[in-house]
Amino acid sequence: MTAEFWITQTFNGLSYGALLFLLASGLSLIFGVMRIVNLAHGSYFLLGGYVGLSVIWRTGSYVAALLTGALAIALVGIAMERLFLRRLAGQTLGQVLLTIGFALIFQDVALLLWGGDPYSLPIPGPLQGVLTVGTLRFPRYRLFIMGLAVVIGAALWLALDRTRAGAMIRAAVDDAEMAQGVGIRVPTVSLAVFALGAFLAALGGVIGGGFLGVYPGLDLEILPYAFVVVIVGGLGSLPGAMVGSLLVGLLDNFGKALFPELAYFTLFAPMALILALRPTGLFGR
Amino acid sequence: MTPVSLRPLLLRAGLAPVGTIVVAGVLVLVAPTLSAYPLTLLTQAAIVAILAMSLDVLLGYTGLPSLGHAAYFGVAAYAVGILATDYQRGFVTCLVAGLLAATLFAAVFGLLAIRASGTYFLMITLALGMVVWGLAFRWVSMTKGDNGIAGVPRPDLPLPWSLSSPLPFFYFALAAALLAWTLLALLVRSPFGLTLMGIRESESRMRALGYNVWLHKYLAFVIAGAFAGFAGVFWAYYNGFVSPVDVQLVTSVETLLMVALGGPGTLAGPALGAAVIVFLKNFVSVYTKRWLLILGAVYIGVILFAPRGVLGAFRRGPR
Repeated sequence: MTAEFWITQTFNGLSYGALLFLLASGLSLIFGVMRIVNLAHGSYFLLGGYVGLSVIWRTGSYVAALLTGALAIALVGIAMERLFLRRLAGQTLGQVLLTIGFALIFQDVALLLWGGDPYSLPIPGPLQGVLTVGTLRFPRYRLFIMGLAVVIGAALWLALDRTRAGAMIRAAVDDAEMAQGVGIRVPTVSLAVFALGAFLAALGGVIGGGFLGVYPGLDLEILPYAFVVVIVGGLGSLPGAMVGSLLVGLLDNFGKALFPELAYFTLFAPMALILALRPTGLFGR
Repeated sequence: MTPVSLRPLLLRAGLAPVGTIVVAGVLVLVAPTLSAYPLTLLTQAAIVAILAMSLDVLLGYTGLPSLGHAAYFGVAAYAVGILATDYQRGFVTCLVAGLLAATLFAAVFGLLAIRASGTYFLMITLALGMVVWGLAFRWVSMTKGDNGIAGVPRPDLPLPWSLSSPLPFFYFALAAALLAWTLLALLVRSPFGLTLMGIRESESRMRALGYNVWLHKYLAFVIAGAFAGFAGVFWAYYNGFVSPVDVQLVTSVETLLMVALGGPGTLAGPALGAAVIVFLKNFVSVYTKRWLLILGAVYIGVILFAPRGVLGAFRRGPR
């Protein structure tokens, strides 16, 4: 185990964590405001990747792929929330079954439209290749992901902490009923947060397409990671999602590198430990 | 318990067994006239019914929606798969090992899960279920990973009929389902079961009455896990094959759907729900490849149009 191994693995873990942050921050906010366990969240990630793939095939533009993928899936999220989830407010089990129903439909639709072959999303030229520091090699694309996650994380934090809309979201997370009582339109806030969550997940899907690939089954494969992040960090907490993502990214990466057969154990055992000590997660209340 | 909640309970206690026994009797009589395909479907339904009923102890009677129930089912199936192929152990050893493995996992996971309630419980059971899936998928030297364990032989019991043919094995699975149903029916009608229902209705009130709520929930969790394991043992023998599919999230959620479809808080309902889903799944997949699309629509349809299940005996939705 050289220092090089540790630095490279830490880098890989942090960059995977950055991707997870995009997926999990939205899930956490959705949970915080609406108390919904959204099992279709992984599907947004996958569908975002597929839409981005189609756009980049047609136009060749990576930026267009990012924006179109994220916006298209945000619309899907809006439709889902408006037409279906809203009717089931407060029914945890009903919501779970509804979102898994959608997850299955999305899975099949993706298979129908894009087939069963795995794809890799083409990375634009400037982001290809590696950055060499001494003997260490850092893929540029992963650096880009980390940078983007930092920017998005900062923007989310500023928006939540410093703007009126952010204050409304925080109020709805803390106590939806009271927020409604003081004149905040909680249903509108919910819809906006749900759309934002779908947007971020799909954005993560397009970006992730560049190094995880886009393939059938990715949706249900990535979903548990998002859940672990949210559970570890605390539901509805943005700092929790940040710390949780990095922690899960690192644990997953070192687990896979050091104990390949027990990789999932190294991810879930610490989660179980955190739960045992702090049932609401590190930053939850 | 208040007398108000006792009356419908007694009514159900009187009627449900009669219905179940009649259905079982009809199945026993009709089975010899059926061909192999419907028999295998009925066998499948009987085994999955055990799983659905075991989940109902948690969901319907205690109000705990578990999203990782396939874990205990799968752990037992794996125990049987490994012991019956690599070590060529007989039925009794496999049954005991499967039950022990499932109970042990439920006992450990329960310690973590029962701390949480509501949506947290859903997420924790989901994550714990993924632990088992991860082991099944990754621990290749033990579980053969994605390839699964093939060639689990049918049990060789000192019976006049060989369990490798469909009809005797159907009777075998039906007997197991009836045994599970009897035990669970006794459980939910016992003072212990009534306490569980009390907890479902109001945890704080039961606590104020001096009941150890944590212990009751924990025991319900472990018992449900053990019965899921019972189903898993028969599933391994029925399928002859154990793979990560048996422990995956979709299997857990499908079990939830069966309970929701049949009506939580009744044992016959989830069993019926299991049968409906098993038959639907097999029939639809014969006609179309778009099976997932249809299953997804069934989920949404059930939730929007029959939120209380087909039998609908459960008055208040679990939180």
